[in-house]
Amino acid sequence: MPRRKATVAVFAALALAGCTTDKPPAAQSSAPAASTDQTGQGSGTGTQSKFFVQADFDAQLAMRSQTPQGPDGKPWEQAITPQMTDTKTFKKDGPYHLCFSNAAVNNPWRQVGWKTMQAEVGLHKEITEFTALDAEGKDDKQISDIAELQAKGCDALIVSPNTTATLTPAVKGACGKVPVIVFDRGVETDCPVTFIKPIGGYLYGADAADFLVEKVPDGGKVLALRISPGVDVLETRWSAAKTVFDKSRLQVVGVEFTDGDAAKTKSIVNDYIQRYGKIDGVWMDSGGTAVAAVEAFEDAGLPVPPVTGEDQQDFLQKWKDAKLTAIAPTYPTYQWRTPIIAALKILKGEEVPKVWNLPQPKITEETLPTYLQPNMPPLHYALCGCEDLPGFPENWGGKKS
Amino acid sequence: MKRALPILAVLVVLLAAIAFVNPFFLEPAGFLAFAKRAAPLVILAAGQYFVIVSGEFDLSVGSLVTAEVVIAARLIDGEEPATWPVIALLIVIGLLVGLVNGVVTTKLRVPSFIVTLGMLLVLSGAVFLWSGGAPRGALSEGFRAFGRGGLGPVPWSVLILLAVGAAAIWLMRADFGKTLMVAGDNERAAALSGVRVHRVKIFAFMLSGLAAAVTAILLGGFAGVSAQVGQGLEFSAITAVVLGGVVLGGGRGSVLAAMAGAFTLEALFTLLNLYGISGALEFTVQGVIIIVAVAAGAVRLPWKFTPRKGDAHAAS
Repeated sequence: MPRRKATVAVFAALALAGCTTDKPPAAQSSAPAASTDQTGQGSGTGTQSKFFVQADFDAQLAMRSQTPQGPDGKPWEQAITPQMTDTKTFKKDGPYHLCFSNAAVNNPWRQVGWKTMQAEVGLHKEITEFTALDAEGKDDKQISDIAELQAKGCDALIVSPNTTATLTPAVKGACGKVPVIVFDRGVETDCPVTFIKPIGGYLYGADAADFLVEKVPDGGKVLALRISPGVDVLETRWSAAKTVFDKSRLQVVGVEFTDGDAAKTKSIVNDYIQRYGKIDGVWMDSGGTAVAAVEAFEDAGLPVPPVTGEDQQDFLQKWKDAKLTAIAPTYPTYQWRTPIIAALKILKGEEVPKVWNLPQPKITEETLPTYLQPNMPPLHYALCGCEDLPGFPENWGGKKS
Repeated sequence: MKRALPILAVLVVLLAAIAFVNPFFLEPAGFLAFAKRAAPLVILAAGQYFVIVSGEFDLSVGSLVTAEVVIAARLIDGEEPATWPVIALLIVIGLLVGLVNGVVTTKLRVPSFIVTLGMLLVLSGAVFLWSGGAPRGALSEGFRAFGRGGLGPVPWSVLILLAVGAAAIWLMRADFGKTLMVAGDNERAAALSGVRVHRVKIFAFMLSGLAAAVTAILLGGFAGVSAQVGQGLEFSAITAVVLGGVVLGGGRGSVLAAMAGAFTLEALFTLLNLYGISGALEFTVQGVIIIVAVAAGAVRLPWKFTPRKGDAHAAS
């Protein structure tokens, strides 16, 4: 009998282990566990994502060429084509108690953003209390967090939703009681006073794809690396890139999921190098594993083809050291400053954009020196907009240079 | 050796299938690249083998690998001189975690899957708390050389794998291996005949922890810092061992076959990828392998009853 018992035991344990293993964090929001149903493996770009909305794609790409309004050098206060909304009904005297329901702090992007937001709060003396609850990437916890915060006498509530649809009723419920500010991901209601976001995922994906179309010769073989399927903010990036690649003469030889794992990324790239002899470009939906992809070419003794990354310091450093042909679209972490600024504007009765589209720059070879900060940790995001905040760089893990 | 034959045959078939799709695989560089990628899992499987053959499980190895890599990055922080002291520390930590697993399992009589599952949770929670999900620091070039570099054309990881493999085979041929096997086959009988069962089991857990430390050094070197590096590795290691024909519950199977099982699993993943089948299927494949292997072990086909020479102790 001991053997059968042992067998049962290992299954139970493995099942439990499976449940407790963290899903890899997506670049900016925790990824809901999603089943993997992929199409287009092996060749071409496959079928279009069900998340793709042509009108949104067109709108985001149109914003690329528009000049943002707002103070120079402070992109977190700028807005693109803002439609202002009146906030006089929310006007009240300070001091203020701000509340924040955070989806999670479980990945480097959110870590950098969260520190930036806390520093922004420290700048304003009129904020005497700041209550933040971390939902740890769970919808149910965030729903109860939002309910709990409403009982704490907040003057304004900031929400960074874990998922869009599930959090909508909770946000709706809060709207009637306090002014609500939503950022990063949206909700399916326009009851929040303002929704703050960078331009968006379509622009991110298209910026990266356009770069490859420009740099890779016609007929070149491109490998696309994605974190995981089914996450809206990541699906938009890929679907935009797919749209660009479909119109180009590039050949997308593979669309692979890396789970955000560096070793897996390196192995996948290695496999493709072996299978095709040469890969002429690598498109990535986020920068977390970009360095691993670059290293795969180096370890194979091949020149690194044009590659896309993100604004993490490790990639920027590699870019400079290995003299890569690269681009880094961004999903700027400076957006974590904006909700605090917006909350204060609302409480002072100043008008704010209904949808606050923040500029979403890309790092190019020309601007690389500006963003490369060797004194910052490898997973620090360059576009934190935090350089002028108190406690920089130590609070972000950096060393005083 | 004889026990490893079936899995070696499967491995050869898979390797041939890979070579058929990708002729580059037959060149030394192509094959060495494969061996380099497989090395961490093979080493981890060798460690897991000691524990499984002694009748226990070690589910903590995956999160131990993650913890080791995160600790290494934080402590080295890009400083070259810190490389060797940190490597020594990693090995000590691996042995220590194994010691705790072993002592709690044997002395406190807590089933090992509970102990090591608890250890999995403790370690992954501690790593998350310490790193906040975003590991800090960086590994030095010297540290990374073990996973990236090589001696001429031969990667360091392959050389380390050969050394670990030789040591594992030697251990199983020595007295330790025999007592371990006996302890796994029938703990009570072993104890009555003078085997210090607790001691050999604790040692087996420590070997598994050591293997996890070596795996962490190779994986961290291969791909750099990541908080997901060890994810699911305990699963892969157990699958590999089972695939090698080692019986869950202990007492039967060879370490060579377990390591061949890890190679086979890696070859299978490579083949799936070459045929353009999603990496997400890897878990499914592992699950099917475990179920089929255990079921095949439980169902005794009539011809298996044929008495063989010297079958009194199938495990010896």
